[in-house]
Amino acid sequence: MEFLIGITGKDFVLTAADTSAARSITVMKSNEDKSCDLNKHNIMLYSGESGDTVNFAEYIQRNVRLYGIRNGIELTPKAAATFTRKELATSLRSRHPYSVFLLIAGYDITTSKPHLYWIDYLGSSAEVPFAAHGYGAYYCLSILDRYHHPNLTLDEAKDLIKKCINELKSRFIVNLFDFKIKVTDQDGIREITI
Amino acid sequence: YDARTTIFSPEGRLYQVEYAMEAISHAGTALGILASDGIVIAAEKKVTSKLLEQTTTSEKIYLLNDNVICGVAGITADANYLINYSRQIAQNYLYTYGEDIPVEQLVQRLCDLKQGYTQYGGLRPFGVSFIYAGHDSHYGFQLYHSDPSGNYGGWKATCIGANNASAQSLLKQDYKDEITLKEARELAAKVLSKTMDSTTLSSEKLEFATLSLNDEGKVSYHLYKPDEIDALLKDFDLGGAQDRPTE
Repeated sequence: MEFLIGITGKDFVLTAADTSAARSITVMKSNEDKSCDLNKHNIMLYSGESGDTVNFAEYIQRNVRLYGIRNGIELTPKAAATFTRKELATSLRSRHPYSVFLLIAGYDITTSKPHLYWIDYLGSSAEVPFAAHGYGAYYCLSILDRYHHPNLTLDEAKDLIKKCINELKSRFIVNLFDFKIKVTDQDGIREITI
Repeated sequence: YDARTTIFSPEGRLYQVEYAMEAISHAGTALGILASDGIVIAAEKKVTSKLLEQTTTSEKIYLLNDNVICGVAGITADANYLINYSRQIAQNYLYTYGEDIPVEQLVQRLCDLKQGYTQYGGLRPFGVSFIYAGHDSHYGFQLYHSDPSGNYGGWKATCIGANNASAQSLLKQDYKDEITLKEARELAAKVLSKTMDSTTLSSEKLEFATLSLNDEGKVSYHLYKPDEIDALLKDFDLGGAQDRPTE
């Protein structure tokens, strides 16, 4: 029932995740943040088996942070995604694989370009202009196909996310009433409202 | 106190490390110069013979990764081991992060290995000094130098091996901050010609390489072939011998 979405624009990435933490029929928390700041310009959204998600996300975050401290430079989005994917690929053939779905979004300060990666628990990784995880993806991807283009401004991207969220509200049986929306650009990661 | 690397002398020195550096001071000179648009590495070969198959083997300059090359001074066998090690490190990084290893990190990893041999294991240190020339997207072109102690430093121009002190002072005199690759090549050849034992330079005794960016912005490494070195030396009026010395 969890939903993650990411949209790249001209020089930023817009990401959103629903904020409900639920088990079976009960909503336990309605303001859950399903994202993790890997470093100043990279964010990772996660969903999947509870426990695995936070554990894995924190593991990646700590490793990315250690790299930054050791080497004085931060990992680029591509490097962070490659590293994460490799960890999942290794975990897949272990006794108990991590069951997580991720979106890694970041702004590469060396090339001044935004990047978005769709990664799943099998260790598949794809760099994409927009992506989503969860049932919500079935409703939103077609909207993104129709309206997305590479030079989206922040306002256009916000409109696009609004379209997606409205579609979910009207067509998805589970009421995902609230979303945490963040922007990652050359100034870093910040939360926004639409 | 000489017998074991893992022991300090009373004056607080590590003799084995110093003896390793002494070994390097007898090796052929290698120098590197950082230019605004690339890096030059030039080196003097010690093993020269008509019988040597020059086109297939390299004695002084090696490729470590798509974006890093190195020049060597010291015990060649030790150098080969370290070069192989650093190539693996570079590929391992590429495997994990999908990107070329930043130059300083490669230098650090190699230096960590060298330092290990001065502190534990009871094995002698590596008798090699390196000059690393590389490019990455974080700091552009960079030049580093490491020695058997595991110390390293970033340089604009540096020199290792025999006569490195006089070469270093020559470089200090003539190096200017905005030097171009073209000028750097000439400076490298001139400095080598002044510090080498023989009277004239020739492609037999020299190895010459440059690292720069090609038209598409990708790092390109050029190891000069013997005839290219001769042509270069002719341009600079420094030799380019046609007669081969009799053995």
